[in-house]
Amino acid sequence: MIEPKKRAIARIKLEPAQQIQLESLQRRHFLKGGLTVGAMAMLTGCNLQDGDQVDKVLWSMSRWNDRVQAWLFSGQKLAPTFSKDQVRNPFPFNAFYGEDDIPELDTADWKLGVSGLVRDKAPWTLEGLRKLPQRSDITRLICVEGWSAIGQWGGVPLRTFLEHVGADTTAKFVGFKCADRYYSSLDMPTALHPQTLLALDFAEVALPPEYGYPLRVRVPTKLGFKNPKHIVEIVVSNDNPGGYWEDQGYNWFSGI
Amino acid sequence: MKKTRIHPWPIRLTHWINAFGMVCMFMSGWGIYNASPLFSFSFPRDFTVGGWLGGALAWHFAVMWLLVINGLIYVLYGLFTRHFKRDFLPVTPTAVKRDMLDALRFRLKHEKGVYNAVQRLMYWLVLAAGVLIVLTGLAIWKPVQLQELTAVFGGYDFARYVHFAAMAFIGAFVVVHLALVLMVPKTLMPMITGGTRGIESGKVEHD
Repeated sequence: MIEPKKRAIARIKLEPAQQIQLESLQRRHFLKGGLTVGAMAMLTGCNLQDGDQVDKVLWSMSRWNDRVQAWLFSGQKLAPTFSKDQVRNPFPFNAFYGEDDIPELDTADWKLGVSGLVRDKAPWTLEGLRKLPQRSDITRLICVEGWSAIGQWGGVPLRTFLEHVGADTTAKFVGFKCADRYYSSLDMPTALHPQTLLALDFAEVALPPEYGYPLRVRVPTKLGFKNPKHIVEIVVSNDNPGGYWEDQGYNWFSGI
Repeated sequence: MKKTRIHPWPIRLTHWINAFGMVCMFMSGWGIYNASPLFSFSFPRDFTVGGWLGGALAWHFAVMWLLVINGLIYVLYGLFTRHFKRDFLPVTPTAVKRDMLDALRFRLKHEKGVYNAVQRLMYWLVLAAGVLIVLTGLAIWKPVQLQELTAVFGGYDFARYVHFAAMAFIGAFVVVHLALVLMVPKTLMPMITGGTRGIESGKVEHD
């Protein structure tokens, strides 16, 4: 397709082996955790020794928690907003890699692909996105690790974008693919929430590389890892596209 | 002689489910804490469960259901059978002071199946901490959907500290509770078998 996308694919090509290695490593951690509690459970008179069974229970409880959270989620309830002097400066950098590995993209060549259940699949340029109605909110980003930081993100409401490309908004999921092999997805009600943005700006200037240039998703109703950066493709689907962390065990819905 | 159980079976069952659930919640909670510590210390890895943050979170958000449902059953049982009223009341400041001083001098009488005033106060406090840890847990789990609740606890960041404080209080309760069981080991078996309180206990039948 385009130069940055090619580079992204080149990076991805290195990955499957590493990905599998990482996943099996983390599975083993999961298992080890299960066995530790198995030992503990024996002490308290309960029997929970089989790590695989424990993992299955944990995964199915996580799917149950997805349903509970979808039920708790309100499409109208806005995330609290803050004043400019409450914005954290400098805002913390966070990714699954260090700052040295931020993907290098040529923003002039960058295009946003659109696929899946949409009427108009033509790719988008940054200029095109800038021409759509914009919105800016100062909200709190809460990381799955527990810390939080207030920041200001501006851009196109995802709802506006989806309506513009004729997306089937009765579909269940909106997925995002990133230039750094990250990927994530949202439930449609969250994608249509008024504060869910395709963010082009941070603190009123174009997104710098460390905050996800040239385009990221900003969802104040989700944990930080559900706010993918450097996105290169949006897909509307009825099949859950999953996510980089979600597929390893972080709860998929992760609403806040 | 009419024999009654010191601990009826629903109390014993919910007690041990609670013990298991609490250990899981402590260990997974410490694992989550370690990902972004509030203070200048972390919990040793061996005292955590799940292996990594995702595992610890999965444990925490799975076992919370067991603990909350178990807690609700216990509270409803305590209210409907008048267990709370009969065994945890009255608690007067005078009685607490008297029993506390007796306990510190190791002069406290141990009546089978009867809680002293300090114990009664501690049970009320730990029940309150249980409610607090659930509410602050909800506040930091859903700081947008339940933002009014989060605001009650001083906002997201502060609510994390309150959640931690409630954990610390319950942890301290568990330490004291276990220490007392070690000091008076005859209290352990009735929580497993139910035990009996007959006439020799000196306790007059209520109701």
